[in-house]
Amino acid sequence: MTALIHARGLIKRFGDFTAVDGIDVDVQPGEAFGFLGPNGAGKSSTMRMIGCVSPPTGGVLRILGMDPRRDGPAIRARLGVCPQLDNLDVELTVRENLTTYARFFGIPRPTARRRAAELLEFVQLTERAGSKVEPLSGGMKRRLTIARALVNEPDLVLLDEPTTGLDPQARHLVWERLFRLKQQGVTLVLTTHYMDEAEQLCDRLVVMDGGRIVAEGSPRALIERHSTREVVELRFAAEDQGVFAGKLAGIADRTEVLPDRVLLYVSDGDDALAEVHRRALNPASALVRRSSLEDVFLHLTGRTLVD
Amino acid sequence: MLTLVWPKLVSFEGSAGRSARVTERNISTLKSAYWVVMAGGLLEPVLYLFSIGVGVGALIGDLELPGGRLVGYTEFVAPAMLAASAMSGALAETTFNFFGKMKFMRLYDGILATPIQPFEIALGELVWAMIRGSVYSAAFLVIMVVMDLTTPLRALAAFPATVLVGFAFGALGMTVSTLIRSWQDFDLIGAGQFALFLFSGTFVPAESYPPALRWLVEVSPLYRSVDLIRGISLGWVGWAQVVDVLFLLALLGVGLSVSGHRMGKLLCK
Repeated sequence: MTALIHARGLIKRFGDFTAVDGIDVDVQPGEAFGFLGPNGAGKSSTMRMIGCVSPPTGGVLRILGMDPRRDGPAIRARLGVCPQLDNLDVELTVRENLTTYARFFGIPRPTARRRAAELLEFVQLTERAGSKVEPLSGGMKRRLTIARALVNEPDLVLLDEPTTGLDPQARHLVWERLFRLKQQGVTLVLTTHYMDEAEQLCDRLVVMDGGRIVAEGSPRALIERHSTREVVELRFAAEDQGVFAGKLAGIADRTEVLPDRVLLYVSDGDDALAEVHRRALNPASALVRRSSLEDVFLHLTGRTLVD
Repeated sequence: MLTLVWPKLVSFEGSAGRSARVTERNISTLKSAYWVVMAGGLLEPVLYLFSIGVGVGALIGDLELPGGRLVGYTEFVAPAMLAASAMSGALAETTFNFFGKMKFMRLYDGILATPIQPFEIALGELVWAMIRGSVYSAAFLVIMVVMDLTTPLRALAAFPATVLVGFAFGALGMTVSTLIRSWQDFDLIGAGQFALFLFSGTFVPAESYPPALRWLVEVSPLYRSVDLIRGISLGWVGWAQVVDVLFLLALLGVGLSVSGHRMGKLLCK
């Protein structure tokens, strides 16, 4: 099976600034693939290159086996793109946004109307079909943008930060729809700086930082490789959490001191917490949880994902 | 200039069809409010025709043009107002509206994620601007025939000329839109458009300016449009009109090619 996306040493520069600094990526059909990283990691620049709206500065890039520099229109005909910022057509209704967009792909009008009706059903916007875009909530707009990205029945769907800026309920609704797509076998490529999003949706992901890929694998494999099974989060009443680092020595495999809390990376959280109490350190709050991609990122880059 | 544009039209399979989709999108945004805006655009040249053409014309009487030909002042001004309305229709669509769609509605960002390319968007928008300009022109030609300022046959002949004028100014407007940075620059466009309107042989024959200025007037695209349409409407067609057509075609070719290129630069970073 040929990869839908194949990149080797892919580079994107804007003047002196290098946004993407030589990345290697392969995405197979049917996969849900993620780019995880903080703002400015180069995720969106990568997505725009994959979407054939931004020419690569260097390296090899093949999308659906074709060259974006030469075959842009042919590639884009088979892509569905959900951009980071909604760019719905505010002069059209919800339904017209889908039918008009379908026309841009050369889809005949009757097919466009039928597909628009199905997709509005899929993203639960049928009741708002005749409404303008502006009065819709953020979550509804995002769902409409996702529906629009599906109007040409794409082989590959690109989602740039699909739930950024949405409230938790709206995010879950979007996740649920994306999960349905994934189950239908649609290849999804998404960027996110939410570790829970990456964990829920991605079969495989790369962690990006400063335009480079710093780790690659399934969410579970990344956690196993770069973190411990459990984490103890301690918050101390003191101004400087750092003063406790010495007193916590020897409890954890690794100790991270953040401005507002201390993280202990351990195999057994309850044991470690008991030891903290035995030393009479009295944290203001304590939480034992499983390791997440956030911890992987912190370990790999020394920084948190969401600043 | 067509050699710049024409290969693009034929080399992309279905390129004309794809730009037609952009025009189609604009047609589907037509709602009742839009017609009010469009009626406003037609009103301006009609008001000028009545205030200056008919009003001031009564004081001036007949005008003697070079070659000794006499023409009533209203008949002299009317074709110029027609050219000006074709210009303003096309410019309104390709400057203010086009810029808004590109920078603020992010409309083209969405369209460029489909097989449609920057050049095709430019072409589709231009055709749309031309349609709008043509609606103005057709309405104005009807007024001219009703007022006996031209014959129905000449009006029919003048119509394609107004379409060319709309195309040329649309391409010019779109080029300007891809070069300007902010809404503030629209004041400059407005001022430029008004200067063209006043000094393009619209109200006064170009021959009445001193030679240095006359040269400046004669390279103005609106002067070329006025000269073309006036020639047809008064039935005086000659080599000058051939020059006018070539001038406007060149403007169209350069404008379309530059704006398509600039859109690619701006939107496909």
